[in-house]
Amino acid sequence: MSAPLTIALPRGALLEPTLDLLDRLEIDTSEVRSNERKLLFAEAGLVTVRPSDVPTYVEHGAADIGVTGKDVLLERPEREVYELLDLGYGECRMVVATRAADDDIVESSLRRLGRVRIATKYPRIAAGYFAETGRQAEIVEVKGSVELAPLAGLADAIVDLTATGRTLVENDLVEREQITVCTARLVANPVAHKLRAQDIDSLIERIREAAQ
Amino acid sequence: MTNRAIHRIPPGTRDVLPDEMRELRALTETLRGSFEDAGYGEVWTPALEYEDVLRTADANAAGAGYRLFDDQGRVLALRSDMTIPIARLVATRYRDAPVPLRLCYFAHAYRAVEERSGQAREFLQGGIELVGSPGPAGDAEVIALVIQALDSAGLGRHRIGIGDGSLYRTLLATFEVPEERHLPLLEFLSRRDLVGLEAEVAKLGLPDTARDLLTRLPTLRGGPEVLGRADGPVAEAVENLRACDELLAERGATDRVIFDLGLVRELGYYTGAVFEVYDPAVGFALGGGGRYDDLIGRFGEPQAACGIALDVQRVHAAQAAEEAIS
Repeated sequence: MSAPLTIALPRGALLEPTLDLLDRLEIDTSEVRSNERKLLFAEAGLVTVRPSDVPTYVEHGAADIGVTGKDVLLERPEREVYELLDLGYGECRMVVATRAADDDIVESSLRRLGRVRIATKYPRIAAGYFAETGRQAEIVEVKGSVELAPLAGLADAIVDLTATGRTLVENDLVEREQITVCTARLVANPVAHKLRAQDIDSLIERIREAAQ
Repeated sequence: MTNRAIHRIPPGTRDVLPDEMRELRALTETLRGSFEDAGYGEVWTPALEYEDVLRTADANAAGAGYRLFDDQGRVLALRSDMTIPIARLVATRYRDAPVPLRLCYFAHAYRAVEERSGQAREFLQGGIELVGSPGPAGDAEVIALVIQALDSAGLGRHRIGIGDGSLYRTLLATFEVPEERHLPLLEFLSRRDLVGLEAEVAKLGLPDTARDLLTRLPTLRGGPEVLGRADGPVAEAVENLRACDELLAERGATDRVIFDLGLVRELGYYTGAVFEVYDPAVGFALGGGGRYDDLIGRFGEPQAACGIALDVQRVHAAQAAEEAIS
């Protein structure tokens, strides 16, 4: 009997639904649920990491498979992991938002200044989207509280992920464009995908059954 | 803290000190011994090639990341693999030599890397090239030799994945998918985004069996039984893989082989079988290769050829892990 697959779980909003999924697959998650500080659960084959670190752990083979948001995968396309399954939960939208009062600031900045200034935690996604839509954008990368950027005058608009839109509303921001919809994805290390093929395939099979 | 100057080296390069060097040297000596015993003579080629030479072989210069000008204004590139220089060497220096020709090498190659990604910019490759031995017979020879060389190096759990780089294209042609729809599908495949691939395939409006095969092919991997599941539309490629399986059985190497119908390699010069080498102790492939029957012909007389390159540092990491568990 080989060791269980090591699974990298995303801390934060995706953790709860991911643990629920593992429960349905009869993988023991009680220790993860009862111990918020602990990061490594060797017996169950689980590690908990930041969602944006999941592809890193999986790419290097420190975890065989992992769960993370599509937003993370879009932002780091050079990470060599297999994207195996859309898990369907954790749905969020990647949007362009501006201040409620600035309803045409993107257009006017482009017209008068030749570019629009975008603050975001997702510089690759933002740059790619504005390039695709034929608009010059100056991307300002921030690490947190992106909502503040247009209010404080750092940027004209933001590109950010939103689930309910509440944070936007609370900061007097309005969604202007939707870039894409992101859900949780199951990813696998390329070597594990070959060497642990049966374990990974049977896990996917069980996830598909559990989803029905 | 003392005020000591830090003289950095470029990210993705490394210094090697005696303890590691002794182990690396012992490892390359073992691998070289296996290759030489099988009749593969060692060659050296320059680290710098004319960029045109690399472009002759591959439109993307095989991903060469570093270019410079010489005193005549000609563009030189640091080689990004050894297969292209050896194809050039075979076409120019072995023009009328009898085949099959068996060559091996241990040399550094260079690729551009993302900073802080942990990837190597300069890496030591050890590999073999078999020229003038077409089809499954040649494929099986290089696969069996690499398996055996890694055995000699003390690895015990390594596997070689075998696929066919043209499989997916053949499948698309069989199902009469229009040419302009191929690129996005192949991009999803090479990015290993099976979710995106499935969505893109669904848009084609094909019958269920075709849709199912296009979606599932990249996940068909395992023993020879997987070959049966793709028999119809890609029979020729599957026939080659099956022949390879039989030849490997004669060499007693089948239990180390994974047939992988989803295997894709980035380099453009592969024409048929493609290989990748794995060990459970290392999260990245230890090496890879394939058949490149059109490559040598771009430099001279056409010759069927195939080869495999190992990343020596990664093999070393696997070797260390193997010692730790035994």
